[in-house]
Amino acid sequence: MLTLECPYCSIQADETELHAGGEAHLKRETVGSLDNDFEDYLFMRENPKGVHFERWRHVAGCGKWFHAARCTMTLEVFGTYSAQTLAPPKDLREKISTKRPGWTWRAFS
Amino acid sequence: MKRYSVFAIAREAMRQHAGWPRAWASPTPKAKYDVVIVGAGGHGLATAYYLGKNFGITNVAVIEKGWLGGGNTGRNTTIIRSNYLQDPSAAIYEKSRSLYETMSQDLNYNVMFSPRGVIMLAQTHHEVRGYQRTAHANALQGVKTEFISPARVKQLVPIMNIDGPRYPVLGGLWQARGGTARHDAVAWGYARACSDMGMDIIQQCEVTNVLTDGGKVTGVETSKGKILCDKLGGVVAGHSSALAEMAGFQLPMESVALQALVSEPIKPCMDVVVMANTVHGYMSQSDKGEMVIGGGTDGYNNYTQRGSFHHIEETVRALIETFPMISRLKMLRQWGGIVDVTGDRSPILTKTPVEGMFMNCGWGTGGFKAIPGSGWAMAELMANGHSPLTEEFSMNRFRAGKFIDESVAAGVAH
Amino acid sequence: MSTRLATAGRLLDRASTMEFTFNGKRMQGHEGDTLASALLANDQMLVGRSFKYHRPRGLVASGAEEPNGLVNMGAGAFFEPNQRITTTELFEGLAAESQNHWPSLEFDVGAVNAKLSRFMPAGFYYKMFIHPRPLWKHVYEPFIRKAAGLGRAPTEMDGSSYEHFYAHVDVLITGGGIAGLAAALAAGRAGADVLLVEQTAHWGGRAPVDGAQIDGLDGDTWVKETVQALESMDNVTLRNRTMGTGVYDHGYALAYERLTDHAPDQDGPRHRLWRIRARQIVTATGSIERPLSFAGNDIPGVMLAGAVRDYAVNFGVSLGDRTVVVTNNDDAYRTAITLKDAGLDVPVILDARPTADGSLVQQAREMGIRVALGKGIAHVNGAKRVTGVSICLQAGEGSEIEEIACDAVAMSGGWSPVVHLWSHCGGKLIWDDAQSHFRPDASRPPLGADGLGFVVPAGAANGAMSTAEVLVDAFQAGAAAAKAAGATGKTGRGPTGDTPKEEPMAPVWLMPQGASYKLRSKMWLDYQNDVKVSDVQLAAREGYESVEHTKRYTTLGMATDQGKLSNINGLATLAGALNAPIPAVGTTTFRPPYTPISMGAIGGEARGELFQPLHKTPMHDWHDANGADWEPVGHWRRAYAFVRGAETVEQAVQREVTNTRENLGLLDASTLGKLIVRGPDAGKFLDMLYTNMMSTLKPGRCRYGLMCTENGFLSDDGVVARIDDDTFLCHTTTGGADRIYAHMEEWLQTEWWDWQVYVTNVTEQFAQVAVVGPNARKVLEKLGGMDVSAEALSFMDWADGTIGGFDCRVYRISFSGELSFEIAVPASQGRAFWDALLEAGAEFGVMPYGTECLHIMRAEKGFIMIGDETDGTVIPQDLGLHWAISKKKDDFLGKRAQERDHMTDPTRWQLVGLETTDGSVIPDGAYAVGEGVNENGQRNTQGRVTSTYHSPTLGRGIAMGLVLHGPDRMGEVIEFPKVDGTSVKAKIVNPVFFDPEGEKQNV
Repeated sequence: MLTLECPYCSIQADETELHAGGEAHLKRETVGSLDNDFEDYLFMRENPKGVHFERWRHVAGCGKWFHAARCTMTLEVFGTYSAQTLAPPKDLREKISTKRPGWTWRAFS
Repeated sequence: MKRYSVFAIAREAMRQHAGWPRAWASPTPKAKYDVVIVGAGGHGLATAYYLGKNFGITNVAVIEKGWLGGGNTGRNTTIIRSNYLQDPSAAIYEKSRSLYETMSQDLNYNVMFSPRGVIMLAQTHHEVRGYQRTAHANALQGVKTEFISPARVKQLVPIMNIDGPRYPVLGGLWQARGGTARHDAVAWGYARACSDMGMDIIQQCEVTNVLTDGGKVTGVETSKGKILCDKLGGVVAGHSSALAEMAGFQLPMESVALQALVSEPIKPCMDVVVMANTVHGYMSQSDKGEMVIGGGTDGYNNYTQRGSFHHIEETVRALIETFPMISRLKMLRQWGGIVDVTGDRSPILTKTPVEGMFMNCGWGTGGFKAIPGSGWAMAELMANGHSPLTEEFSMNRFRAGKFIDESVAAGVAH
Repeated sequence: MSTRLATAGRLLDRASTMEFTFNGKRMQGHEGDTLASALLANDQMLVGRSFKYHRPRGLVASGAEEPNGLVNMGAGAFFEPNQRITTTELFEGLAAESQNHWPSLEFDVGAVNAKLSRFMPAGFYYKMFIHPRPLWKHVYEPFIRKAAGLGRAPTEMDGSSYEHFYAHVDVLITGGGIAGLAAALAAGRAGADVLLVEQTAHWGGRAPVDGAQIDGLDGDTWVKETVQALESMDNVTLRNRTMGTGVYDHGYALAYERLTDHAPDQDGPRHRLWRIRARQIVTATGSIERPLSFAGNDIPGVMLAGAVRDYAVNFGVSLGDRTVVVTNNDDAYRTAITLKDAGLDVPVILDARPTADGSLVQQAREMGIRVALGKGIAHVNGAKRVTGVSICLQAGEGSEIEEIACDAVAMSGGWSPVVHLWSHCGGKLIWDDAQSHFRPDASRPPLGADGLGFVVPAGAANGAMSTAEVLVDAFQAGAAAAKAAGATGKTGRGPTGDTPKEEPMAPVWLMPQGASYKLRSKMWLDYQNDVKVSDVQLAAREGYESVEHTKRYTTLGMATDQGKLSNINGLATLAGALNAPIPAVGTTTFRPPYTPISMGAIGGEARGELFQPLHKTPMHDWHDANGADWEPVGHWRRAYAFVRGAETVEQAVQREVTNTRENLGLLDASTLGKLIVRGPDAGKFLDMLYTNMMSTLKPGRCRYGLMCTENGFLSDDGVVARIDDDTFLCHTTTGGADRIYAHMEEWLQTEWWDWQVYVTNVTEQFAQVAVVGPNARKVLEKLGGMDVSAEALSFMDWADGTIGGFDCRVYRISFSGELSFEIAVPASQGRAFWDALLEAGAEFGVMPYGTECLHIMRAEKGFIMIGDETDGTVIPQDLGLHWAISKKKDDFLGKRAQERDHMTDPTRWQLVGLETTDGSVIPDGAYAVGEGVNENGQRNTQGRVTSTYHSPTLGRGIAMGLVLHGPDRMGEVIEFPKVDGTSVKAKIVNPVFFDPEGEKQNV
């Protein structure tokens, strides 16, 4: 039973208020993309044992999508942030670096 | 191998059971094997067993990070059925189910396969149509199922409330030769048989890297040292992405928690397995008398083998609706396992971008029933480079958009 | 014999007598009794039978760890199996019966298993019943199933109710013994919001039984004063009869409150499940005594020493007249002293330690109790009841030194902290050599959302074994938890306790240490499941070396007590067999709940009508009163048909179709999703969501649109109306409203967040009625208002206006092929509008119709239905819907996916109509077969039916289906096998069966 802070409502939202939306920061591939890239976009997933960036929606709250950085081994939540960004905020990445030195996730570290 | 039988029991009873040999050996790994299987769960052990039995390949090691059968093999709700809609699924699950029929005799280990019958309830008109479609498909696939009336459902499961105020039972898809088996025994029986064929089952041995040379697999690095091999099979439910990453490729897969629970044991009251997909719950009664209950998965990536309690609530609530009598039973234990879920919720049995390396994964919530069939097919794929049973389950299917989607018949892939 | 003592019984109200029955026998007890203590007071030693061997079973414990005392209780809708009698408070009229025996508790045929036990070692069933194959299913398994199980299955719907509570607290403290109370004092004084739960009806736990002195007060007085002090704090909530059952991620915890189990006549819910979110959780769950492994330790009359003491002190009940105490520690001497004080005989204390000279030992000696050091029990004599013990040297192999007559044995193998709640969410354990138990490793707690520990063990649950240590540890734990939860107040000084000095216990895992196989095969580890020392040793020898293997092979710890008594002894036995240290063997996983909790409580209030929310349209009640045969569609109920008089549902459907085609039909279409999409970029947005072009739609016009997933598959359809330049109203399917709304929000928020578009779901703001049939215009014109003539409102137009005085929006669209108006009115006006239509329509032959009629009419017209023609694997191209896929657009959701190899494969099955050659109806879901079989021996197929009906309009079976190269095979006949072995043949035809020119709808 996770709790995540909704960055819009600034409340600790219970998991039952939230909808999990899978991996964050996917780049949409579409007409003109190579088959491989399109497959990656739709199906290939990071699925790491450790730091993971993922999408959530505060569905029974403000209805906003947001992003969370979470450890899939301990369920520690490093932070949440707006879904309307292409990369995790720098301060969050730094916070993760102090807690999980040497972490990487796709292009981020 | 000392054969198990009532006579052997009688003989041993006279000498304080001192003469039973180890069910399987605990060898130290050799430097090199023809085949290394990573993961000594049901699927991995079955793969090794059929490599030996069907293809005479016995220079095999099965490497296990923890204890054999300690992953999802020992955590599931033990349902066996093959009433799948799509041809590739029906083929491998029916192969599997048929192997369960004779598994106790094949392995000389009583896995307690109990073909008590499985009903999948239809509680919406949509489900009725879906299961009627499945029944038609099954007839052509050689899978014996039938769509039965609410009255017949009630006759098979007297404790069920078929007139439930919310979702009355409108019928059911009935597979008389579906059922259950003792999950641990499946792993133990295969382990004993593999060990007897001279294969090495190496427990407490964690793979830390996959070794390749020029795009071809050469072995694995483990906590017990380097082990070389010509072919490598990855059969590590819940950890498939991690193993793939060691070999340098990615899988279309996410790992999530799935939970189950049992009640305290009661005297026999339900002789069949019931799955209610509209309300997301399934239940059977074990030979010990516990009601074994399963439900849905969490929506987020998780490796903790713990799930969120609200899923338990939802499942129990749904089952109380269908089986009101369970309201006065007590939950004895709940637990979780980590399942690998693919893009189309169907498994992957495949060659990989690394030559000589094969993966068997993505069984999601339905792996137990597939153990013997999956092992059979995976062994064939690894030995021959081709198996008709695995053909459609290649990891490349996602690129072409050639999915195997079982959810279409209102079913879920438990 | 066991009996009620003349004095003592700190929990009893001796003035109040209660009648109850056990196996039909009438007995008496007092208020304050548990069923267990009352049974003992009535000399009812035998309480059940074991699982496998059907051995006679007496009580071993006095609390939640009891494995044997389980009964069927109550009757009818209030019947419940497996009620643990040690945690069942006695009430007037309680009716209990023992379990797992036939024909009676005293004489159980199943006990023959015990005689055959040498043929039934651990895992015997894996080794036999293998041949002949059918016998397992038909003979062996039914026999085993009947022999196993415990209580009877309830047969009726539960007559009780249940509820859920939510609590958000700073500190949850589980356990109301002195540790929990001390922790609550600290946390409460610090200012934290505290919830303290205690599983029993009483505060203080075991300390008062053990004669604890705290702050100079006796235990009972200190507990009473402390509870009063806590109750006076506004920030502290105390709940007794409430068990902390499980700790979950991020500080979530469950507690299980038994509100009326002790008073079944009381109104209100039986159980309450507390769903708690705590910043910090203090586990003050105490410790549980371990049995000793000696031969015959399962014979009724052998009990944990602490439990013997509990029954004497709390309930004034003696287990026997002559009690032999056997121990490896000082604590059990308290039992001997208590019994002696009560005037009972303690012939000997057998202490397995070679030396013992602590203050309790001295006290026992001074009371004249014989203390035999270095001695143990070789075996217990008796069958259904202890008659004596044979004494041996602990260091030997079990040669009898002496036989002592007794009728009770009090055993103590030391105490193990209750670490369940600490462990549920990942807290780790360390092995404490001095106490020979696992206790929480404070450096490796369960981690919360912030990555920090959120569980603090306290008192005995943390390995603090004396009153003095417990108080210090627990007070600190409470203070630490409050601080971690953000409370900043001062905690002041904590309570202090006096404890007699105890000498170290000695690990004794086998008694005597050199016991023969014969003795080991009579030493029980798991009383309920009949797992013995010899079983664990056999498992280890056979290679089941992992603790999980041993557990599963022998069933050790898998009984209803989940190994509370057996686990440590089992682990130690396994470690011994493997010649490994105990911590290297490790433990099995602790899983919630701590003790079993009712399914009813887990389900809560949501049962029957409250099971799931029900969406009702404004016309729902009318439907319900007028023969609606309901069909669940999502959370909605829709009328499948309106059955009149004696007709069948099928007849009703046929009537509705005919009437609508000939006269006038009304459909409650309120459930269709209605989404408003608005903003300068709304058109651009809808162009991405729909396969066709929506941005070119003119205000005042409607257009049918298709939506696909990004994976290319058709997911929803519906009519889009352009309201003005910036505003569209998108209709979705009934099941699709929430899903498509969420889908739109997701794309807007996460991909095209710079586009200026808002989406609002107004599905339930409007009632919508489809007025359908040749008389549709007539009824509207009769009601009067806006111009609905063909000239003013042509096909696929929409307009706002009034009809019959109702404000409405009229869409001139048709899903039936008839002249049709879909009219939306405010939801509050829905029923009135419906009634007005019925009244005005009477002269035009109006009849409401249901979803099945809708389906048939649309199938007659060849219109696809989401969920029938689509199943998540179908793309629009499969359905001949190329006309609805824009070729001008660069991009839309699903476009790229539809370019993949398999999507453009010419062998994809295509939509066609199917007309049976004999006029019959093709069964739902039938497949068309091709030639031969595939590589896996499955019959090849070349198509399948997607919708199939009897058409009353055409008087024959019609169907739609997907067929290989279908559109190129018009006129060809293909075969659909039925499940009964026969088959039906059908001709491939155009899917539009009725009025292909659309003449009826365009009038």
